[in-house]
Amino acid sequence: MTMTRLAATLAATMIAAGPALADTLHFPNLSYRTGPFAAGGIPFADGYADYFTLINERDGGIGGVPIRYTECETAYNTERGVECYQSIRGDSPLVIQPLSTGITYQLIPRTMEDGVPMHTMGYGRTSAVNGEVFNWTFNYPANYWDGASVIINYLLDENDGALEDKKIVLLYHNSAYGREPIPTLTRLSERLGFELLTIGVDSPGQEQGSQWLQIRRERPDYVVMWGWGVMNPTAIQEAANIRFPMENFIGVWWSGSQQDVLPVGEGAHGYKALAMHGTGTDYPIYEDLMNYVIEPGLYAGTGDEVGTVLYSRGMYAAMLAVEAAKTAQEIHGVANITPAMMRDGMANLEITEELMVELGLPNFGPAFSVACENHGGSGAAMIQQWDANAGEWNLITDWISPDRELIMEMVMEDSLAFAAENDMTPSCMN
Amino acid sequence: MPDTLLFAMEATLNGLTAGVMYALVALGFVLIFKASGIFNFAQGVMALFAALTLVGFQSGQIPFSHLINAIFGTRLHHFGWNMPTLLAIPATVAVMILLAILIERFVLKHLINQEPIILFMATIGLAYLLEGVGDIMWGAEVKALDVGLPKGMSDTVDELTFNWFGYGFFIDRLELWAAGIAAVLVASLTIFSQYTKQGRALRAVADDHQAALSVGISLRFIWVLTWSIAGIVALVAGIMWGSKSGVQFSLSLIALKALPVLILGGFTSIPGAIIGGLIIGVGEKLFDFFMQPIIGGATENWFAYMLALVFLLFRPQGLFGERIIERV
Repeated sequence: MTMTRLAATLAATMIAAGPALADTLHFPNLSYRTGPFAAGGIPFADGYADYFTLINERDGGIGGVPIRYTECETAYNTERGVECYQSIRGDSPLVIQPLSTGITYQLIPRTMEDGVPMHTMGYGRTSAVNGEVFNWTFNYPANYWDGASVIINYLLDENDGALEDKKIVLLYHNSAYGREPIPTLTRLSERLGFELLTIGVDSPGQEQGSQWLQIRRERPDYVVMWGWGVMNPTAIQEAANIRFPMENFIGVWWSGSQQDVLPVGEGAHGYKALAMHGTGTDYPIYEDLMNYVIEPGLYAGTGDEVGTVLYSRGMYAAMLAVEAAKTAQEIHGVANITPAMMRDGMANLEITEELMVELGLPNFGPAFSVACENHGGSGAAMIQQWDANAGEWNLITDWISPDRELIMEMVMEDSLAFAAENDMTPSCMN
Repeated sequence: MPDTLLFAMEATLNGLTAGVMYALVALGFVLIFKASGIFNFAQGVMALFAALTLVGFQSGQIPFSHLINAIFGTRLHHFGWNMPTLLAIPATVAVMILLAILIERFVLKHLINQEPIILFMATIGLAYLLEGVGDIMWGAEVKALDVGLPKGMSDTVDELTFNWFGYGFFIDRLELWAAGIAAVLVASLTIFSQYTKQGRALRAVADDHQAALSVGISLRFIWVLTWSIAGIVALVAGIMWGSKSGVQFSLSLIALKALPVLILGGFTSIPGAIIGGLIIGVGEKLFDFFMQPIIGGATENWFAYMLALVFLLFRPQGLFGERIIERV
């Protein structure tokens, strides 16, 4: 009798809860707030969450439908990331943010099969740019190969267009993520004539003595870093230790946050990194964030990371997700969109500078449009430099475009090889 | 002198100093294993917790402020003052002693006479608990740790070696300091265990629990003492590693560097931890130096374990460990 009553209560609760869940737009986040990489995962997750809170509080959701934001903790662990995906795949996730290249590689075939779109902003499998093969994966506005090419284009500018007699070291996290730029830099070294030396660092990267002794012996002109987590401040500290000229040390966008330079103190002054978006609170959107999220105490984190590089990145990712959802609503004429509709929104997303101004983020990110042939956006990035005295990143260039001709050539090779391995016929979905 | 030889000498020198850093972590494991037979899985997390606490005290951070703010809707973060390092270190030592008392009271006391594997599993739980408490207490953001230790290239070594060989060797001053601190630590531990009443009691418990109990030595007191000393050693390791790359949660992974050191040096020998650390440090640097051009870099992590594996085949108890004799 008790069991029957319990079952009836449970059923009634589920029925009552059903419409509430259905009338929301579910944006999950595979976040990592614990583990060795938590320091980078937390601000991203907070920025991602706070933007959705802003949209709910200020606009009442997207197209009148409230956002339901959920998090699943991966601890930056691939197995746990896959488990997280399995737990949310049946809950109409509109877009998956794996926030890890390792997890991305595992989820690409699963999301394809389940029909769930995935956004890997500035990470993941680079050849997902080819939407004819990777129908469900998007990596706009830039990817690793873009990043590598932007750095080389910047160095070309710095060296009057010639890098023939230069030696460049790539110091990389010895993982799927860290190895991504090697093919691009290898091709660019063959094309431009610079000497490329690749040096790996095992995860997590707290001990880099051998690597920096080698760098000291090799005396490279530039060091390019593809690091994450503790590898970044350790490398910057080691560079300062051997008195490597910091202005010749350039990191990817995952090696260019406050977390990477603050532990090093004065030694990090002059270090450079790629920026795929602006940073700081000098954007009109922060007024709304302050009024609707921070001041009412609705922020996801401590509130003190607002405006930092990784918080800005999380906020930017959420903004792109919201704009894609709006596009999907326009395309399909319904407010309560499904993951398949969201995919259409992502595949037809157009970000213009006018829109960025309207959103309170002028010149925060590049203008780009997504198409089946290009899920990767413009690939443009800026260079930022750390000022240890002021304790801030300063943008020192405008948007620099990558060598898209070379990158698309490589994208086609890799994506078509993937299609052949998986017995797929590349085609557009819309 | 050929360049290769000079570079190999530089790598050896750096291996020695890196080895001391590994040994600092390994020492904490040895102390607890020697006194209680427990392999303390939480030693790396203890180093992290100690470093977090030190930075927290230094910067005047309010412990558990995130939790307090979440519950009461307040916006507390800092007391508004900074604690001098000379005061923050003793305060952290006090916290580590309190932690040792709590561990004994709530974990070890209830596991007397249990199998070593049970105690080991308890320390796994302790590691997760401590990591979580550290997160809630001090937050998970990266923190800069500065206790005034010098960092960067040693000009003295650079100039000296340049005058001798025509090539200046690189040595990090922080690692030179670590070597000095490790020497003081080992000397202090030796004096403590040889010449003090508590130290002799600790050795007695390490030799034979039953015999020590029969002469009136309190096992519970010795456990608190051992875990307190291990906590202080963890603080030293946390300071040295935290000064290198900031205090963040990956600091707990330095324990992984200590395991091969322990296998080499033996789980019960303090000099073994030092010698093991030096062998691992020099071995991995030289291996990387000679093999990098052939097999690529990133050999440091797996090489240490491979070396330990080879050692296990020939001397399972380690270089200085007690020989295992089982009578049938």
